[in-house]
Amino acid sequence: MIALLLRDLKLAMRAGGGFGLGLSFFLIVTVMVPFAVGPETELLSRIAPGVLWIGALLACLLSLDRILALDWEDGSLDLLATAPLPLEAIVTIKSLAHWITTGLPLVLIAPVLGVLLHLPASAYLWIFVSLLLGTPALSVIGTFGAALTVGLKRGGLLLSLLVLPLYVPTLIFGAEMARRGASGLSIETPMLLLAGISAASVALLPFASAAVLRINLR
Amino acid sequence: MTLTVSDLSVARGGLPVLEGLSFDLPAGVALILRGPNGIGKTTLLRTIAGLQPPLKGTVSGAEDQIAYAAHADGIKPTLTVVENLIFWANVFDHTGIEEAIESFNLTALRDRPAGALSAGQKRRLGLARMLVTGRPIWILDEPTVSLDTDHVRQFADVVRRHLEGGGSALIATHIDLGLEGTVLNVGPFKAAPPPIDDFDGGFL
Repeated sequence: MIALLLRDLKLAMRAGGGFGLGLSFFLIVTVMVPFAVGPETELLSRIAPGVLWIGALLACLLSLDRILALDWEDGSLDLLATAPLPLEAIVTIKSLAHWITTGLPLVLIAPVLGVLLHLPASAYLWIFVSLLLGTPALSVIGTFGAALTVGLKRGGLLLSLLVLPLYVPTLIFGAEMARRGASGLSIETPMLLLAGISAASVALLPFASAAVLRINLR
Repeated sequence: MTLTVSDLSVARGGLPVLEGLSFDLPAGVALILRGPNGIGKTTLLRTIAGLQPPLKGTVSGAEDQIAYAAHADGIKPTLTVVENLIFWANVFDHTGIEEAIESFNLTALRDRPAGALSAGQKRRLGLARMLVTGRPIWILDEPTVSLDTDHVRQFADVVRRHLEGGGSALIATHIDLGLEGTVLNVGPFKAAPPPIDDFDGGFL
């Protein structure tokens, strides 16, 4: 399992691996928002938590179709399915690799990009914590979507359409937590719900992804 | 360690392609599958490898014993030859990739990114993967595609050594590998076309 994780990380770092793609996309989206809505600091700081969440979510979406499609194309997925690792473990490791190469950098960079949106000082911690809690769910749900579309040529667009609605609960509670944190309100309820969504996704979805993958490999 | 297939029917895309296949593959034996294109050799091998469920019948003795080599080699173009092999060796909890590298003449290509290999070299790397799995039953789907004659001979030697070491091999191929194995022509097992039920029949 460690071997698979290390291989996926190595592949992401090498040429064409897509590491940094999500990060640059996130940066560009955040830079463009003030151009679009105008340089009113009050308005910007009000919408900043939501914009950061939307940006992170879309950046996460960009690299989803690489999770399984590349392995399917070159036959590795068939070979992995006959290896001693259970498919549930394979999809979990794949989600983890996606989170490390896409989710985690987004979490770390989000507070820095908050500066561009005039994010209130009180919100830096909460945008960081909410993304840290929410992005694992994004990766795991995305892997489920990738498993659903794995056999399709150019399945990326369909993948986005399938996955975006599933991202809605995470987005609602993640952005709500960051917004409440920014205005100094109690963040307990959205934080618990966000953590619950992440925990449930990580615990249950790998089984669904593996089942779907078994059908798609036939 | 004997692979037993009994009364197996396999389907591709919902349509049965082969039916009523039964054979045993004991240790030390190579079974060569023959048959025209599209008869269902690949489907049969995928079913035995456990990648798809059989329509009918059973496959026993395959679980965690087989190493499968498909048409695609499962090679990552940005990893080097050695990195590719080490990865598969680790996945199968096996150590020592040197034997595999030497058996398939990959020594000079060790540190070359796999994306820069020729088709035949890639195939050799894909076949070298079988040696690092440490699994006894090899399931090979047209293993000699894009290999030159010298390397076909070399590949046959590797299979022979594998058989001597107590392994077995199930090989679908169109060429003569020079292996002393049983030949199974799957042609006669072609599944009958599904009966047209009356509702559709009225339209035909």
